[in-house]
Amino acid sequence: MRYSGFRVIKEALTGHRGWGPAWRDIDPKSSYDYIIIGGGGHGLATAYYLAKEFGKSRVAVLEKDWIGGGNVGRNTTIIRSNYLLDGNEPFYEFSLKLWEGLEQELNYNAMVSQRGILNLIHSDAQRDAFIRRGNAMILNGADAELLSTEQILKSYPFLNVDNARFPIMGGLAQHRGGTVRHDAVAWGYARGADQRGVDIIQNCEVTGFKIENGRCLGVDTTRGFIGAQKVGACVAGSSSRLMAKASMRLPIETHVLQAFVSEGIKPLLPGVITFGAGHFYCSQSDKGGLVFGGDIDGYNSYAQRGNLPVIEDVCEGGMAILPMLGRARLLRSWGGVMDMSMDGSPIIDRTHVDGLYFNGGWCYGGFKATPASGFAYAHLLATDTPHQTATAYRFDRFATGRMIDEKGMGNQPNLH
Amino acid sequence: MLINHPILGPRDASEFVYLGDANLIHRPDWQAEDALAQFTKYGYLRDNPAGEHRELWFHEQGDRSWLIVTRNTLTHEISKVEMARDVASAEGRSK
Ligand SMILES: Cc1cc2nc3c(=O)[nH]c(=O)nc-3n(C[C@H](O)[C@H](O)[C@H](O)COP(=O)(O)OP(=O)(O)OC[C@H]3O[C@@H](n4cnc5c(N)ncnc54)[C@H](O)[C@@H]3O)c2cc1C
Repeated sequence: MRYSGFRVIKEALTGHRGWGPAWRDIDPKSSYDYIIIGGGGHGLATAYYLAKEFGKSRVAVLEKDWIGGGNVGRNTTIIRSNYLLDGNEPFYEFSLKLWEGLEQELNYNAMVSQRGILNLIHSDAQRDAFIRRGNAMILNGADAELLSTEQILKSYPFLNVDNARFPIMGGLAQHRGGTVRHDAVAWGYARGADQRGVDIIQNCEVTGFKIENGRCLGVDTTRGFIGAQKVGACVAGSSSRLMAKASMRLPIETHVLQAFVSEGIKPLLPGVITFGAGHFYCSQSDKGGLVFGGDIDGYNSYAQRGNLPVIEDVCEGGMAILPMLGRARLLRSWGGVMDMSMDGSPIIDRTHVDGLYFNGGWCYGGFKATPASGFAYAHLLATDTPHQTATAYRFDRFATGRMIDEKGMGNQPNLH
Repeated sequence: MLINHPILGPRDASEFVYLGDANLIHRPDWQAEDALAQFTKYGYLRDNPAGEHRELWFHEQGDRSWLIVTRNTLTHEISKVEMARDVASAEGRSK
């Protein structure tokens, strides 16, 4: 069924009885050409592009719980392409371009809102770094603009630019950045994939791989063995657990990141702002809640919940830049487990096992990557060559010294 | 999280800095034939288990000692805290 304004009116007049499910609920077949493990944003996008761009049929997505219950439904929904390094920026810009056409492409309202992202500058050194970053963005075809404090005050009149401790000296804006309704991304890709014949199988956990003579022949699941020509792992925070079943140790630690939402208030923040003197970023959802977050908790965790010291730290950052935040009540906080890689950048690559591929290491920034990650992973799975924007995302970069370390932190995942 | 420091008693985890897997105290031999491969594994690959994890915490805002904390990454429950120094010397490392 095509969604349209006409359809909404028709359904409204007929009691909304005609919508039907957006994807089929089916049992797994005994084998597929392509199995994608993980029904998060990346896994569903991969399946969608495998079918749509590469014309593949006999594709399945296996999800252990329900689709969208992982990080794709837990993130703070920010999209942007304001990266610095060559290995990253073309990829994230490709992703932002895909976001721009996503809703038309999927015929699904993902609420892509290019409300802009503004990184505030608080010191001369930070301004130099942001000018350099802005130039790198422009060189890669992205948009970037250095804003003066006067320009910033037009959109954010309440910011205290003369703050004695953290004066605001300007900001780097990416006007094409913004937010997207995260669940709708999972649902939209799922529906699009399903319409092209992809089987989306929920409550089906992959428990092992069948590997013979260095070749992956399929996966063991809680719903039995399923054969496959090619298997693509795409399980974000569970990457190390899953790949251990193929005797792999990954350059990844799993950490928890928390996020917060306040009670709904009248329109306040037109776009996304980030505080440059502490770790705090904030946007306002369409329902009015202030959605914000900061640092990861900093220790290995699979618990999907964080601890109080980071809540305190994030709220302190918020009070430093938006003191009015103290008047709003915190409505909810939650956590997600993330695949923090050793250089802060992702991996989309083959493995030592033929027919087994890996996508992970997205850290806290993989939501914005969803379309490009799916596209590039589908490209790799279908053609056995990396997509042109993802050639640097290889496992061997750690051995060859070709790290993509945006922050220059070294092999310390909790600092990226 | 409270970390029961063997000398100082229970301390809030926020006094500590987290480094990672306690296997990091087993630095490879730089003179070994395959030192490069060993250091690549040492520097970049991790077990990253879901469940019991032995890990290094540095008491930066305290007595500045390194601890090996055994903690469950699924529940955050801490079952054992040792001085890294004691573990290393029991293994015959730093004398
Ligand atoms: C609090 C928070 C805020 C964030 N904010 C942002 C942001 O503002 N912008 C941004 O770009 N990124 C953000 N991120 C990061 C982003 O959400 C992730 O990088 C991204 O969602 C990961 O990809 P995914 O959607 O495929 O992951 P997930 O949705 O986690 O998908 C992985 C799926 O694999 C399934 N799975 C695991 N093991 C198995 C198995 N054995 N068998 C079958 N299925 C399995 C899981 O159940 C899960 O559904 C944030 C993350 C968090 C936690």
